[in-house]
Amino acid sequence: MLNTLSGLFTAAVLAGTPLLLGALGEILTEKSGNLNLGVEGMMFMGAITGLAGSYYYEQAVIQAGGTPNGPASALVALFTSFIAGSLGALIYGFLTITLRANQNVTGLTLTIFGTGFGNFFGEYIGQQAGGYVAVSDVTKGVFSKMNIPVLSDIPVIGSLLFRYNWLVYFAVVVAIIMAWFFNRSRVGLNLRAVGENPATADAAGINITLYKYLATVIGGGICGIGGMYMSMVTTSGVWVHDCVSGYGWLAVALVIFATWSPARAMAVALVFGGLTIMRMYINIPGLPAQIYDMLPYVATIIVLVVTSMRESKEHAQPKSCGLNYFREER
Amino acid sequence: MSEAADYAVKMHHVTKTFGKVVANKDVNLELKNGEILALLGENGSGKTTLMNMLSGIYFPDHGEIYVKGKEVTIRSPKDSFALGIGMIHQHFKLVDVLTAAENIVLGLKGKATVNRKEVNRQVALLAEKYGFEMDPAKKIYNMSVSEKQTVEILKVLYKGADILILDEPTAVLTPQETDRLFAVLRNMKKDGKSIIIITHKLNEVMAISDRVAILRKGEYIGSVITAETNQAQLTEMMVGRPISLEIERPAVERGEKRLQVIDLTCLNGDGVKALDNVSFDAYGGEILGVAGIAGSGQKELCEIIAGLYPSIGGSVLYSGSHDGVPVKERILGLKPDEIVKKGISMAFVPEDRLGMGLVAGMDMTDNVMLRSYKSSKGIFVDRKTPRELAEKLINDLEIVTPGVDTPVGRLSGGNVQKVLLGREIACEPSVLIVAYPVRGLDINSSYRIYDLLNEQKKKGVAVIFIGEDLDVLMQLSDRIMVMCGGKVSGIVDPREVTKEEIGLMMIHTGDEMKNEEVTA
Amino acid sequence: MSSHGTQAKEPLIRMVKRDTISQNKAWGIRAAAFVLSLVTGGIVILMLGHNPFSVYASMVKGAWGSRTVIYETVKLAVPLLITAIGISFAFKMKFWNIGAEGQILVGAVAAGAFGLFTAHIFPKLPLVILMILASIVAGGLYGLLPAVCKAKWGTNETLFTLMLNYIALAFIKYLMNGPWKAEGSSFPKIGMLVPGARLTKVLGVHWGWILALILVVVAYIYFNKTKQGYEIAVVGESTNTARYAGINVGRVFRRTMFISGALCGLVGMLQFAGADYTITEGTAGGVGFTAITVAWLAKMNPFGMLVVSVFIAMLERGANAIQTQFKIPASASDLLIGIILFFMLGCEFFISYKLIGRGKEEHDA
Repeated sequence: MLNTLSGLFTAAVLAGTPLLLGALGEILTEKSGNLNLGVEGMMFMGAITGLAGSYYYEQAVIQAGGTPNGPASALVALFTSFIAGSLGALIYGFLTITLRANQNVTGLTLTIFGTGFGNFFGEYIGQQAGGYVAVSDVTKGVFSKMNIPVLSDIPVIGSLLFRYNWLVYFAVVVAIIMAWFFNRSRVGLNLRAVGENPATADAAGINITLYKYLATVIGGGICGIGGMYMSMVTTSGVWVHDCVSGYGWLAVALVIFATWSPARAMAVALVFGGLTIMRMYINIPGLPAQIYDMLPYVATIIVLVVTSMRESKEHAQPKSCGLNYFREER
Repeated sequence: MSEAADYAVKMHHVTKTFGKVVANKDVNLELKNGEILALLGENGSGKTTLMNMLSGIYFPDHGEIYVKGKEVTIRSPKDSFALGIGMIHQHFKLVDVLTAAENIVLGLKGKATVNRKEVNRQVALLAEKYGFEMDPAKKIYNMSVSEKQTVEILKVLYKGADILILDEPTAVLTPQETDRLFAVLRNMKKDGKSIIIITHKLNEVMAISDRVAILRKGEYIGSVITAETNQAQLTEMMVGRPISLEIERPAVERGEKRLQVIDLTCLNGDGVKALDNVSFDAYGGEILGVAGIAGSGQKELCEIIAGLYPSIGGSVLYSGSHDGVPVKERILGLKPDEIVKKGISMAFVPEDRLGMGLVAGMDMTDNVMLRSYKSSKGIFVDRKTPRELAEKLINDLEIVTPGVDTPVGRLSGGNVQKVLLGREIACEPSVLIVAYPVRGLDINSSYRIYDLLNEQKKKGVAVIFIGEDLDVLMQLSDRIMVMCGGKVSGIVDPREVTKEEIGLMMIHTGDEMKNEEVTA
Repeated sequence: MSSHGTQAKEPLIRMVKRDTISQNKAWGIRAAAFVLSLVTGGIVILMLGHNPFSVYASMVKGAWGSRTVIYETVKLAVPLLITAIGISFAFKMKFWNIGAEGQILVGAVAAGAFGLFTAHIFPKLPLVILMILASIVAGGLYGLLPAVCKAKWGTNETLFTLMLNYIALAFIKYLMNGPWKAEGSSFPKIGMLVPGARLTKVLGVHWGWILALILVVVAYIYFNKTKQGYEIAVVGESTNTARYAGINVGRVFRRTMFISGALCGLVGMLQFAGADYTITEGTAGGVGFTAITVAWLAKMNPFGMLVVSVFIAMLERGANAIQTQFKIPASASDLLIGIILFFMLGCEFFISYKLIGRGKEEHDA
């Protein structure tokens, strides 16, 4: 029983991390007043470029006669996926911030585009590689669970908390930094003002356009890293068609359940990570596996409805979210 | 000190256009050091636009700006602060979910982290210096209107501004609060600060300013020393011709009781009573004015009667006639369409014209049929009749529009209001509720609206007029109901009370005053 | 002019809202954006080492080159068009129904419940009618659910409808693996609709295309001439105004979303009984998302949707052709659709605003 529970916890953390990264990226984006529904698309873009980055790095090193270095490969994946997510977000930002296009539709389009981007290049690179694209064991090794001296060996706690791949800790660190950023830092305070009331922020001398672009692009980059997690960890460094499939959307939903708080996002991501893998750990006789697969989605709907029933001024979406801001409008 | 340095601000030949609309045309304006300048002009005369070019919100198309003797380029609010200019906007620029202190330090340079304790202390000190009362850690959404204005002023002072611009600061204040604000402004002047106050209220101009600059239709008309002028001259400069600012109050014999509101109570979104046992009657052939500071329950009152807001107690009784047949109904709890179905002809001109009364993106025909499209038979809409009505309204009310097919959102504020009021009057109501009908309108449009309301009154309609300008309310209304915090603090005859008395009722309900008397 | 004047320091480019713009000019801007998007797509093709012209030509040929491929293209256009019409009902009232995928799937399942299990009981005509009704009701109810919650509590419909997609998908997987698994199949799959119950072909394609054309006209009339269409427009502009006008906003949400879902459900039935003859995870095949593009590009005009859906069907059909001919993955169509839509979204800005260079007057710009 205890083994099952700790197994479930570990698996929930692993499954929840990409959700957490996606949600953190979207929280940052929404705090600037931009509702980017393209998380799924940006995760797809990050997923393929992260994988491709590592893959081409390995190929290049091998061609040069060297041996690929695992951490370097991981860094390349981190960097390329961040850039890809940012570029997706940049398209969104340019269309909504500069060209004032409808945020909903632009986000949906980014999802269509990003999904096409991921699958297209996934297949294309696979074709070039002669069948499918996969990274070597060196890179896979870096993305598998770490063994931290001393800490990992602590009984129970060690296996519960200190034996994950590095991206898990990366995500937690991002969440903590972001929580500090919103609550303590000056720039974070300004960003919140931009998302809540851009006209006020503008009058206070805050550069709305800059803040919106930066938050959206960095947020998109974080989503891209979340996508990279899917292709490097979840599918173990092999490109699988449609590998993000819905995780980006779950991340958007998590933002609501986390009430736009990075700290709460960690807890919510854990719960939803748990729901997505529950069927492997808890077996209710007579309940087929496919019904388990519905769980995270059904839970999302239930939480959506429940949260919509109560209203809160502070733990709510930034007020200008979804609306574009133009100063010279009259 | 050079001659130029005597002026805190000089604007030379400043022009600003929006599309085809010229908001400011070749305007010259000077603000001397240490003076209070009133910037006077009608709604739409370009006062706010002009000031927004000083505060960095807009950038002029042409012209030069000098601050403290030096030519400057103000491209953003940041540039404006750097020059020591601080503007207090008419619509408060505050972030609701942040505290007063957080709002005050917003956008300021400084350490990477914000030390909230230290900032709170500094803000408290500053507030004390000028005699303001406020809690720096209080969230804006918990604040009253006048508290919010205090935050706005402190925000500007905190940044060290010595040139202050106040855009219609008294519009939301009671007469007493206005006096207090003026006292603070005089203190600031003593402190050496230069102040521009935007207003269209002549008595306030006379009370506070040293000098008056007048704008009309975007053009600079001239400036006069306050001590050497009078209200009539200012009016003429502002409007362009001598007009009487008297509002007519035709004598009409009071008709029968049309609307009886008894103990109406409702909650706002936070579960607090927005209306608390409100009772009053409205009679045919009279205008019942409703006074009160913003957010005293006026909006809820209108919307409950119109069937748009839920109540938790009380009742609303209607009596009128429909096609000659008397109709008596309890209307509380009925939806707007049910009210119409019962043969009750009640019209409502809401405060939010384009967000509630009209559909900005639709043309006049589609807007005119908004309340009546259900009356035609069958599943198809009839656009012929509303189109004729729209054309008639354009003629009768002199609505300036390219045509009935133009989206109403493109019309000017006065014309939008004429479309809305015209449509509501066209259904020949026996009760007409109008909320802030002249807000943002120029003088001509405003007087046209007053005339229309008086016409309805003469026809025997019971008019309920929610207003904010006490002078207008006192001239137009037959009776005034004063609201305070969701309660009725009294219903008075405007011919028998003073503005100050009404102002007191706006901040104290009758019960409190009695209590105070007892304790005194 | 003195160099100290504000003129010299004015921003490099300013934007000014246009008062009006002629229809010709507006369409000119859109056409230019469209061409630019194809150029951008062409650059991507070029970077992959192919000649864009021959790839585009191959796409067009792959979609219109022969009678058989034309049938296939039309077969792709029909579900897109009907789904787009369905979605536009919701989008017109700014109800972001992105759950068309799920509504199509439950429509297909409802039709399948009759088509697969009662084909031996009913003759063809009543069976087809039953399938139609079942799919409409199922899709409609699936669309109604989020509308009820939105009307009552303001629940976010974007995520709600989206989650319903995944639930419908999991449900179909469940049917494939369990209760509806085809007898004797080692694969998890659902059996085939018997040939006698399949939809009749008219001019080579199942009659869904005639229905789609009829729906275009009906939807146009509904949106522009009926009271219900007017109510949708008012609700879409402002729910506050709608309430003020005595429109029961909740009822309009529910009614319209039922219609929206019902049309999508109908698509599921057409796919099942007219095109695939079985139900798989791919029955909706992204139509629900692509149709959003169709509706938006056509600005919710049904006739526009007719044109756009045929065009998108051509792209998708053409993408299959270039996959075989140039070994370019078929997902290229999604990529290209995304690019086109990005450009179309961006170009609206240049229809509403114009840019003025430094020092220029507005009037001569």
